[in-house]
Amino acid sequence: MTTQARSLPHRIGATVLSVAEQLGGTSILATQILARLSPRSLDRHELFRNLNKMGVRSVPMIAATAAFTGAIMVIQAAPLVEQFNATGFIGWGATFTTVRELGPLLIALMFNGRVGANNTAELGTMVVTDQVDALRALAIDPISYLIVPRVISIISMMVLLTVIGDLIAILGAMGTGWALLGVHPRVFIQSSVEMLTVWDFAVGLIKSGLFGIMIAMSSCYFGLATRGGAPGVGRAVNASVVASAAGVFIADYLSTFILD
Amino acid sequence: MIEVVDVRKRFARPVLSGVSLRVPKGCIYALIGPGAAGKSVLFKILAGLIAPDRGEVLIDGDEITTMTPLELAEARRKIGMLFQNYALFEMSVADNIAFPLRRLFDLSEEEISERVEERLARVALSGYGHRFPQGLSGGQKKRVGVARATIARPPLVLYDEPTAGLDPVTSQKIYDLIQDEQQKNKSTCVVISSDVTGVLTIADRVGMLHRGKLIFDGATREAQESDIPEVRQFVHGLTEGPL
Repeated sequence: MTTQARSLPHRIGATVLSVAEQLGGTSILATQILARLSPRSLDRHELFRNLNKMGVRSVPMIAATAAFTGAIMVIQAAPLVEQFNATGFIGWGATFTTVRELGPLLIALMFNGRVGANNTAELGTMVVTDQVDALRALAIDPISYLIVPRVISIISMMVLLTVIGDLIAILGAMGTGWALLGVHPRVFIQSSVEMLTVWDFAVGLIKSGLFGIMIAMSSCYFGLATRGGAPGVGRAVNASVVASAAGVFIADYLSTFILD
Repeated sequence: MIEVVDVRKRFARPVLSGVSLRVPKGCIYALIGPGAAGKSVLFKILAGLIAPDRGEVLIDGDEITTMTPLELAEARRKIGMLFQNYALFEMSVADNIAFPLRRLFDLSEEEISERVEERLARVALSGYGHRFPQGLSGGQKKRVGVARATIARPPLVLYDEPTAGLDPVTSQKIYDLIQDEQQKNKSTCVVISSDVTGVLTIADRVGMLHRGKLIFDGATREAQESDIPEVRQFVHGLTEGPL
């Protein structure tokens, strides 16, 4: 057997073991978080600090992403809707696509890049500089003090930012529709309101909650599992961003099947 | 009193191979040894941060390796710790020092502030309370670490490489501070250090780890006069020898 032939099964085995370790580790972390979800043990100072840092400070980035997304949707659709003289449907098309799919997905990816990566880097740095051990040494449970407030912040802010992002994307689409196609905002809103259901909005919010869980669990797991000093923090951030993005797409695929 | 009985720990290779030692109450015990001797692993085992594969660790008669997480958290209230990497949190110096009091004790903010000011004065950092660790020198960070480790007046304080990366003058100031704290609180201290010259100026007893084994355990003077080749070479900083 050649070295290459031997190394392929070895590499496949190593990858399978690594994925199994990550899934197992994330499951154990999820169980530990669930066991500590109590208002009494929640550190409110840490919670509000994270809500501000992860949510409030992400609003400008999410707003810019959402506004351009809404505008681009209309620019892409403009030639077709003009060709079929269906400009009256542009409001429904843009809003439907935004609230059910593009809004939650793009906001999750941007949120993952900003908040997920930062969360992993922060936790990873705390691990390699012994700060997590210092917490344990001070008889403070790192899961209750560090992880639970971050998980709650990431999930709740992901949903809230999706609501804000959806609204801005719709405004962006409405403005572009008016400027490019001459579709009056009243017509835009009317076609959206008439053809959309509450469920369409709910699907988007359920998805954003699931994406928030993916980003929270992945960024916290890889942060706490960091080893190997400063280079290890870089590796952990990279792994976390990739795993979160993959998790977001898998969750999107499955939830689209189930919720449709 | 600390009693370590036949502690063994292995990661990819054996790190501690049957270490046994006793640290009497109210004593400063220096745990010395070359790099990769297993000192930091033993430090984390003493603090209950790592479980040994085998052996017992008794602190004031309580076996910490078999404790439940809740019991261990309770036991850790009696232990102060200074980490090699400082392990200061991203908060002001005053908040770092006050952290154990705020989290573990039911004290008023006024009382906490008083204790923090007293600690800052004690470690010669009065007026530094509002600063952040990023803006401090290595020696100042160590002093903040000492203040945080001792603010709750724990009966046992563990110091991991308290002078690593510091100049000789700052190192001696840190050792003097450790000694002052120990004498004031009548605490038991374990100081893990590679800086033999400095640590022996304050230690009552010395243990030397080499390749995961305790090759010496005795009074400071005995360590300085030891005939064990490794101990002699390490304590006197000789280039010729088995190390």
